[in-house]
Amino acid sequence: MPSLDDLRKRISSVKSTQKITKAMKMVAAAKLRKAQEMAENGRPYSDKMNIIIQNLSKAISDPSNAPKLLVGSGEDKTHLCVVMTADRGLCGGFNTNIVKQAKNYFNKILKESKNLKIITVGTKGLDQLKREYGKYIVKKIDFKNKKKISFKDASLVGDEIVKLFKNNEFDKCIIFYNKFKNVMTQIPQSQQLIPAKKVEDTKIEQESSYDFEPEEDEILEDLLPKNISTQIYKGFLENAASEQGSRMTAMDNATRNAGDLVEKLTINYNRSRQAAITKELIEIISGAESL
Amino acid sequence: MDENFNIEIVSPEKKLFAEKGKSITIPSFEGEMTILHDHISIITFLRPGIININENKKKYFVEEGTVEFSKNNLTILSSTIIDLESLSKDLIFSMLEDSKKELNQENLDDKKRYIISHKIDCLSQISL
Repeated sequence: MPSLDDLRKRISSVKSTQKITKAMKMVAAAKLRKAQEMAENGRPYSDKMNIIIQNLSKAISDPSNAPKLLVGSGEDKTHLCVVMTADRGLCGGFNTNIVKQAKNYFNKILKESKNLKIITVGTKGLDQLKREYGKYIVKKIDFKNKKKISFKDASLVGDEIVKLFKNNEFDKCIIFYNKFKNVMTQIPQSQQLIPAKKVEDTKIEQESSYDFEPEEDEILEDLLPKNISTQIYKGFLENAASEQGSRMTAMDNATRNAGDLVEKLTINYNRSRQAAITKELIEIISGAESL
Repeated sequence: MDENFNIEIVSPEKKLFAEKGKSITIPSFEGEMTILHDHISIITFLRPGIININENKKKYFVEEGTVEFSKNNLTILSSTIIDLESLSKDLIFSMLEDSKKELNQENLDDKKRYIISHKIDCLSQISL
């Protein structure tokens, strides 16, 4: 049985933890709104980019002449995985979920005895991956000192990937990130970047033929690297919103748990205090009776 | 007859401009191009220059971008787009300096050289 003093200390400690988690929840909620706004504002750009690329790839007459970024290198030996996680913890299962999905994929690749290369974006993913997959990691990127991730940062990552691809360092590129569905649910996603998958989209019914200036493949050559940066930027934005959402839920739970704990401890504390009082009373009464 | 068409300018961060307009002049990669109502469907990309909407009503400076026009909907995607009104002399000056430095690098290919020299031309012509 802990003493009254111990109980009192524990109660106050849990209460101050609760204050912290509550504050973190508030901060996450405020940041979430901003991140969500940014994710929504970023969507038109990547959607439009996708539509243009699909229109272009439809227009390409000779697939053997098409840019490699679109159709791939023709081989399937080396996979480059870009794992995007947060730089900070305390956000529930956010980082773990991405890493878990990525690890599943890694194992699949390795079982098929293909080569694996990993780029980690964000320190938390690196921490979780480096023990098991350290030798596969070719590059580590983090934006710990940045408050807001801009498109320029995403293009840095994108350029890096394009450069590696041009050097024939990999055949397929997959990115992992969390898609923001709502505050409660974030879905870990894997998306293939290279070769740019042709999605049979029924949405685009406009079959109008385009004029291209300059030629299709020249435009594609210019556009595809940009598209990679765009997709990565989209991943960043979705990730940022997911991170804050996940943190908000996690901190909300923590606050509630702390509240429960304080209640339990308080009852305990009151009981022990009452027990002590009763004990003293009994001692006094039995002492008086024995006289 | 309605001679307006939809103009949309989108940057990765947000939608910058979405209005109906009568004409737009864009610095297409192979030369300046003015698009009016019922232009043929076209996809092209931009070199550094000025986008001019409705004859000087609204101007943007771009370094690169992609343009799609179909069925009287024009979309410009650009990650380096600046409203001309928000450009200051200092900013132009520093951008000019940067590009001049870039131009002096040795291992530039022709395409890059072409783009940068256009950027310098365009920047030095901007008068505020």
